[in-house]
Amino acid sequence: MPRWLHTLLSSWTGRFAVLVVVGIALTAVVSVFWTPFDPMLSDVRGRWAAPSWPHLLGTDGTGRDILSLLMAGARTTAFVAVGAGLVATLVGISLAALGALTVRWVRESIAVLVDILIAFPVLMIAMMISAVWGGSLWVVVFAVGIGFGVSIARVTRPELRRVQQSDFVLAGRASGLTAGQNLARHLLPNVAPVFIVQLSWSMAVAVLAEAGLSYLGFGASLTEASWGTLLADLQRYIGVHPLTVVWPGLAITVTVLGLNLLGDALREATDPTLSRRSAQVHVPEVIA
Amino acid sequence: MIRYALTRGALLIAGLLVSSAIIFLTLRVFPGDVAQLIAGTQADPQTVEALRESLGLDKPLLAQYTDWIGGILRGDLGTSQLSGASVGAELAEKSRVTVPLGLMALTVALLIAVPFGVASALLRGRAGGTALSIGAQTLAAVPVIWAGMMLVVVFAHWLGWLPAQGFPRTGWATPARAVESLLLPALTIGIVEGAMLMRFVRSATIQAAGEDFVRTAAAKGLTRRQALVRHGIPAVGLSIVTVLGVQIAGIVVGSVVIEQLFTLPGIGRMLVTDVGTRDLVKVQSELLVLTGVVLIIGFLVDLAHHAIDPRQRAEES
Repeated sequence: MPRWLHTLLSSWTGRFAVLVVVGIALTAVVSVFWTPFDPMLSDVRGRWAAPSWPHLLGTDGTGRDILSLLMAGARTTAFVAVGAGLVATLVGISLAALGALTVRWVRESIAVLVDILIAFPVLMIAMMISAVWGGSLWVVVFAVGIGFGVSIARVTRPELRRVQQSDFVLAGRASGLTAGQNLARHLLPNVAPVFIVQLSWSMAVAVLAEAGLSYLGFGASLTEASWGTLLADLQRYIGVHPLTVVWPGLAITVTVLGLNLLGDALREATDPTLSRRSAQVHVPEVIA
Repeated sequence: MIRYALTRGALLIAGLLVSSAIIFLTLRVFPGDVAQLIAGTQADPQTVEALRESLGLDKPLLAQYTDWIGGILRGDLGTSQLSGASVGAELAEKSRVTVPLGLMALTVALLIAVPFGVASALLRGRAGGTALSIGAQTLAAVPVIWAGMMLVVVFAHWLGWLPAQGFPRTGWATPARAVESLLLPALTIGIVEGAMLMRFVRSATIQAAGEDFVRTAAAKGLTRRQALVRHGIPAVGLSIVTVLGVQIAGIVVGSVVIEQLFTLPGIGRMLVTDVGTRDLVKVQSELLVLTGVVLIIGFLVDLAHHAIDPRQRAEES
């Protein structure tokens, strides 16, 4: 077992985080093949069933099984989190590399651009994209991906700059590695810890953003099972059936908590200098 | 100080220009013709052409952009493509809901974050401190919409103390009812934002406790707690000012979702509606106003931070 994994699993928050993330991933995979009921199947006679066998979490206003809807919704959540993570990686690495490794005027204009873009809220990006192309899950993926790519770039750029000036990178260049080889072999592995921590937090924001944007009608469509649309759906009957709203909210909260704690635990596990640095807390913006 | 204000001001102006360009360009790649969209599919080509001309869509992009920015500098935010109403007037009217909502939410957030954050730092390592930390970490993961729904269930449906949604038609002419209807929305945003801010206050307090000046004060005979409260807390206040910019951005964004949940006639709900109907001239100006508010508050917060912090002032003289 690698050292970082050992450290990760040594705290109870780390274990909780891994459990949640693995659990959601497994649920998403299982839901492709099996859910207790067809999540989209209405059964008008069986609507608003209380939690009991066989509907463990009850049914909604059209008799759909809430547990099955939640399981299918985990798929949407996983898609958005992974998709946004990939976009954030691409945007973040490109901006950081351009801002750290190129000629001076490019570096400095990228730094200013990143400083400007960072103030642009993710929800504004999402509104802009959906005003143009209409709402879909891709809006969430790109809005969160671009928004967090910028903040990843801001954190990774100085780190990349520091590593680039170190002796082993110079040695690599002296022994004939091209810029690309040097980037892949020496630079990226050394900034990976900072990067992965940010990625974990951006996935947490993606999950919140999916719920919020789907609620506003800019995310998942009504035919897609998603925790956000489920919340919007159940809200209309909140006065009569308040308890049904608890489940999707809990699912979102636990997932976001897991991803946030995973980021915190990964940071502690991969960053040995943490105790010496100032104890900074990441302050994510509210989106959902 | 003046030098700092000038450089920071330049960054603000650059930020506003870049944001306006991004908003403008993104909304121009609209697939299909805005004029066609407004006129409807049944309209004959002449009508569409006339409409395009009256909207200025036949001009080159750069001219359209400078027209828009020029209008904004003169205080004209444009008119709605669908209703023909002035965007500026509508924004001013809706801000009478959104601005009080934001201020109330900020107050709630600070009332939660500061006392609980300091307490959780002082109780670090004890059961109470751990409980407070877990609570903050969990609340920070709660989606704002869900928090709002839960508060509605408890305070509106079960206890019946506050209205579940809506804003009085009479507006601020009936101040008690207006405040009443903003209470639950403000509480919702404030609690979730407060939980995030609380984690920051906690770590700032812990950091302050380790500072040399606090240790010196303790060495001179104050108890650790006295030293922290008298010398450490002012330093904490400073770092709260730093995150306040992020917090206010969070509140602006949170109000968009929350106004929808509580059907409040504010700027956020207006924006959501206009994005839905693709009233692009309105969306364009609204996005710029909201982003501008976030950028300008960030600028003011940085200036305030600079003015308060004795270390930053000393650096320059």
